[in-house]
Amino acid sequence: MTPLIVVDRVSKRFRPSLSLGEKIAAGLGSPVETRTVHAVDHVSLVIRKGEVLGLVGESGCGKSTLGRVIAGIHPPSEGAARIDGEPIMSDARTPVKATTRIQMIFQDPFASLDPRIRIGETIAEGPIAHGLVSKGKAAAYAGEWLRRVGMPADAAGRFPHQFSGGQRQRIAIARALAMQPDVLICDEPVASLDVSIQAQIVNLFLQLRRELGLTMLFISHDLGVVRHISDRIAVMYLGRIVETGPSAEVYARPRHPYTRALLDSVPKLVTGADEMVTFKPIMGELPSPLSPPPGCHFHLRCPKVQPLCKAEAPTLVGEARAVACHFPLPD
Amino acid sequence: MSAASPVAIFWDEFKESRIAVAALAVVLLIFALALAAPFISPQNPYNLAELSLMDARRPPGFVGSKGYTHWLGTDGQGRDLLSAILYGLRISIQMGVIAGGIAFSLGATLGAFAAFIGGRTEALIMRIIDLQLSFPAILLALVLAAVLGQGKWQLITALVAAQYAYFARTAHGAASSERSKDYVDAALSTPLSTARVVFRHILPNCLPPLIVVATVQVANAIALEATLSFLGLGLPVSEPSLGMLIAHGFQYMLSGRYWISIYPGVALIVLIVAINLVGDQVRDQLNPRLRR
Repeated sequence: MTPLIVVDRVSKRFRPSLSLGEKIAAGLGSPVETRTVHAVDHVSLVIRKGEVLGLVGESGCGKSTLGRVIAGIHPPSEGAARIDGEPIMSDARTPVKATTRIQMIFQDPFASLDPRIRIGETIAEGPIAHGLVSKGKAAAYAGEWLRRVGMPADAAGRFPHQFSGGQRQRIAIARALAMQPDVLICDEPVASLDVSIQAQIVNLFLQLRRELGLTMLFISHDLGVVRHISDRIAVMYLGRIVETGPSAEVYARPRHPYTRALLDSVPKLVTGADEMVTFKPIMGELPSPLSPPPGCHFHLRCPKVQPLCKAEAPTLVGEARAVACHFPLPD
Repeated sequence: MSAASPVAIFWDEFKESRIAVAALAVVLLIFALALAAPFISPQNPYNLAELSLMDARRPPGFVGSKGYTHWLGTDGQGRDLLSAILYGLRISIQMGVIAGGIAFSLGATLGAFAAFIGGRTEALIMRIIDLQLSFPAILLALVLAAVLGQGKWQLITALVAAQYAYFARTAHGAASSERSKDYVDAALSTPLSTARVVFRHILPNCLPPLIVVATVQVANAIALEATLSFLGLGLPVSEPSLGMLIAHGFQYMLSGRYWISIYPGVALIVLIVAINLVGDQVRDQLNPRLRR
């Protein structure tokens, strides 16, 4: 399959914006935080047409930032993300998003809908601004997308606070789909919902994907949800991709020690056994992205750490099944 | 489907403060009187033909040569003070509302754009505004009023220049926190134009603190206009505003003709205090930290 989205050595750094006073204070040696956060560190990735790529990792590993770079919200500090060879962000001095083919769905549907704007306008304003629908037909258009995500058409006249979390997430999905995108970036779209609602929304994604032929990047820390929905998986650790591959293979035979540890850390119900719950937490915590460890970022927590790991960062090697480890687990 | 609208909820809470309701009633009454001034005042104080020097400086209750009672007395030109106050309020309110409105739009737009764009542009705009806020508004207004000369629009320009910075500062603060919310990122990922994101999404969400500033600043604009008029830098002498009435009466204060200064002064104070009381209540209601 052809790659639809190519992420080419993208980095995203966040520099604390210091006021003049803070700069002077830092210069005089007071403890002002001046270090840069490397949220995403030279990540290369492809998303093929029609597939769902699951992006997993712990909180704070940079997966949301990577998603926002691909969605055209943050311009990358280095590298570029392209869709069909076209850059996602313009290369002006203050870059702006140059495509409507990628749309995003956010984690918290209470924050991602403007509380002061009626649902109908929230859904229709993008399509109107980009000429996908005329102002006169906008109401019917918004109603149609509401229907497709399983909401009544009269929801268009109401405000976000009149809906529950699951309903709001449906509205957010309708807003994204009303732009008629080819690619949907879903940033933890079910993480803030009740478990019973999560399944409904995941099923909605699967149904819409079938109906509309969508390509998706599905970002989540919930390995179960990702496994259910993804064709391929990319595992991220502290700003870098450590392993990619078809999701069945990655789940069955992880090759990076981090992936292994991540899978082992999920509590499992073992039916029929005396021991109901088995899981092994990963040792230690995610290091601060302000001062990532040298070499392989995972070496502080890795059970198979060698001297080489502390000195040299491994590169992601392999085609369909790629792993960034000096001593990968046997396939 | 019809959950109580935000306005209705707001009014229910507002009603709980009797002082605020009374103040609001006073403000509305004064606004109505000022608006209806040409129909209810016994005299048009701006029409020199209606004035008679024979009636000048008469005490309250004097029946003038035109046959009607001057309930609040007359000033040095023989103007009926009640009429002059009603007309003066009209001008003061007009100045305060127009200047406040322009300062609101200008300042809020500037502050919100600065917060949205960020970087050096933001730093430059906000430093200029900080600089301006660091010296008294009256000083800037005085200088501008002196340079631009007399007239309604010159005065409004001076008032706006003295006040927009308060709106800009407030809008910048509110917009900076709105800027980081997901609905703004959602608008950027659509993508929508910068103007649309700022005007349709960020600014409406910054309204509560701006409304508080606006109520206080309209009162301040009225006071500032009165101050400038008192100092002789306001409107033309032929159309006295409250400040100028006070200034004219000032010279007669010690000769016992107190009414020429006192009554316009009372009208001004009642208006400003009432607006501020309403503003206080609005602020308390919109400030989540003060919520019970």
